[in-house]
Amino acid sequence: MGQKITIEPVTRVEGHGKVTIHIDNEGKVNQTRLHIVEFRGFERFIQGRPYWEAPVLVQRLCGICPVSHHLAAAKALDVIVGAGTGEGLTPTGDKMRRLMHYGQIFQSHSLHFFHLASPDLLFGIDSDPTNRNIIGVALANKDLAVQGVMMRKFGQEIIEATAGKKIHGTGAIPGGINKHLSTADKERFINGKKPLNIDNMISWASDAVDFFKDYHSKNKKLIDGFADFPSSYLSLVRKDGAMDLYHGVLRAIDKDGKIILHDVDYQDYLKYIDEEVRNWSYMKFPYLKEFGRQNGWYTVGPLARLNTAEFIDTPLAQKEFEQFKSYNNGKPSHKPMHAHWARLIEILHSAEKMKELLNDNDLLEGELVIKGKKRHEGVGLIEAPRGTLFHHYKINEHDQIEMCNLIVSTTNNNQPMNEAVYQVAVREMNNKKEITEAMMNAVEVAIRAYDPCLSCATHALGQMPLEISLFDSKNKLIDKRCSFQ
Amino acid sequence: MNQIIRFTIDGTECMAAKGQYLVDAARENGIFIPTLCNYPGIKPKGSCRVCTVKVNGRLMTACTTPVAESMVIENLCPEIENLRKQIIELFFVEGNHFCPACEKSGQCELQALAYRYKIMAPRYPFAFPQREVDASNPKLIKDQNRCILCKRCIRGIHDEKGRTIFAYKRRSNRVEIGIDPKLGKELSDETAQKAMDICPVGALLVREKGFDIPIGERKYDKTPIGHDIEHHKIPTP
Repeated sequence: MGQKITIEPVTRVEGHGKVTIHIDNEGKVNQTRLHIVEFRGFERFIQGRPYWEAPVLVQRLCGICPVSHHLAAAKALDVIVGAGTGEGLTPTGDKMRRLMHYGQIFQSHSLHFFHLASPDLLFGIDSDPTNRNIIGVALANKDLAVQGVMMRKFGQEIIEATAGKKIHGTGAIPGGINKHLSTADKERFINGKKPLNIDNMISWASDAVDFFKDYHSKNKKLIDGFADFPSSYLSLVRKDGAMDLYHGVLRAIDKDGKIILHDVDYQDYLKYIDEEVRNWSYMKFPYLKEFGRQNGWYTVGPLARLNTAEFIDTPLAQKEFEQFKSYNNGKPSHKPMHAHWARLIEILHSAEKMKELLNDNDLLEGELVIKGKKRHEGVGLIEAPRGTLFHHYKINEHDQIEMCNLIVSTTNNNQPMNEAVYQVAVREMNNKKEITEAMMNAVEVAIRAYDPCLSCATHALGQMPLEISLFDSKNKLIDKRCSFQ
Repeated sequence: MNQIIRFTIDGTECMAAKGQYLVDAARENGIFIPTLCNYPGIKPKGSCRVCTVKVNGRLMTACTTPVAESMVIENLCPEIENLRKQIIELFFVEGNHFCPACEKSGQCELQALAYRYKIMAPRYPFAFPQREVDASNPKLIKDQNRCILCKRCIRGIHDEKGRTIFAYKRRSNRVEIGIDPKLGKELSDETAQKAMDICPVGALLVREKGFDIPIGERKYDKTPIGHDIEHHKIPTP
């Protein structure tokens, strides 16, 4: 008898979603779906608002990575106010925004690795769920938990110093930034008392990479063999091929590493990318037009960025990048659990970048804003913690927004997450009539590797726990488990 | 020389020049009485009622009541404070005030008073009225969602010939601020900025100049509304 399994709600990710798994009469998994069940509608209700409100308004999509939305919107509006397409800002404007962004990457990645992902690594996928959380981590490995909390705090304080607030600041404005870094802030970030200084953050970030590599060497089956499947990858890269999380050209590679989108200007993204709507999810399915709906899907995020970039321009992260590449024989890694590795390398890179910027006096003085010939349309892209984030605005002759399109990082990862769920479901649930806690968490671990922010992706609000239900072929519920009650 | 008179506010002996409006006399004695429709240099109107006090037992608006000898004024009694809080709550539910994305946030008198009165959530249901953003003026954007109809722009903004630029239009609960189409087109940058500054909320915005004051440097970031008056050292005679 065929079955349908529903996992709702998903836990330790941001947002709210459910998974359904359909099992045929022979007990084999024949279809899986990650449903995103939230709806919010920012793209609609921002219409009519003055365009300069967008960076402050749209960032309310998210409380984890508002800076990414704030900056992507500001970058789109830079185009509208004639400040260029990402390279025309004043040195102060550009560097303050970059510092804000690296602070954001640092805190968001720390949150994900230490708070959300590390419990799976420390305790195992099939461990007692009451321990599998940050409190469990704190009890089992106090130093690791403290590092996670303090690294996040440092990133948040960088954001506060550049945007005015830790969450939902106002620093970036069309054409630049509204403040300099204070000398007091610079001093405390560089020479502050341990642990909250940049050198210590770099040291802890290195330790975190080492922690993962050590874990990897002891758990190769989990890290290398968990739900791997071939994918294309997309990200921004600097024009010279370096990883650049703030600005660059759009590059995509296929599963073998061949470039299939050749470093194009993202102002023209609509020439290359489209979005498909499916009637069972509020989250759209973007794809590369050239390869069609079926084959044009791609993955974004830390793993994609390490796969597409040719090098990293900071020494410690570059060393780790080389090891990562070498481990994968110079080919793209298709292992979702390698996203954790990539994320930790990015934490290290962000810390190094922050140090470089903190020592730059352009942050302390100089012109804040530049404007030029006005336009009525602009696109802003940024590498948010979870991947490439698209903001696209059109304004009318009265400066009111008349069109807004957001393709959020997690939306870009919609199809890959569905693929990952399918891989795990086939492995864990074929010929099973009962759902165990371990099976349910295995599905969640696959989703969690993408660090999805489902609230952002549907521009929606709420918690995101996961529930699994098992249905037969006649849609009769035969088993149900909820990981958050 | 102005005649000095004596009166009390909440039992505190105060002195002021005869004929001064109560709200100004209180300020000179280091006592804050909240206002919204009142603005220095503009003839008081008494329309918002936020400055309501008890004068010799009767409810009066402090912005329009001249102080008189031996007046007994109640300002901080629970009845008055609750009344003010309710008025502020009503302003919030009557319009569409979304502080998180408003560029007047941190400089908005309505928001500042809501913080002062610790309004976490209004007691009244939100009306969520359908109101428009008028962006047709070349210098200003008017967001009727945020307007509290205090008339400060009508009373305080004039062109160089003294003509009023703003006026009420429509009636009853559809009343809104209108900008004179002809005079509005000739607004100088300076007058447009003055209109934005005189507006106690974020209903009038200078075009293309949003969020340029960083968080931490906005008017009420460091000094909550009223604190400058209450903490001002009054020289002892």
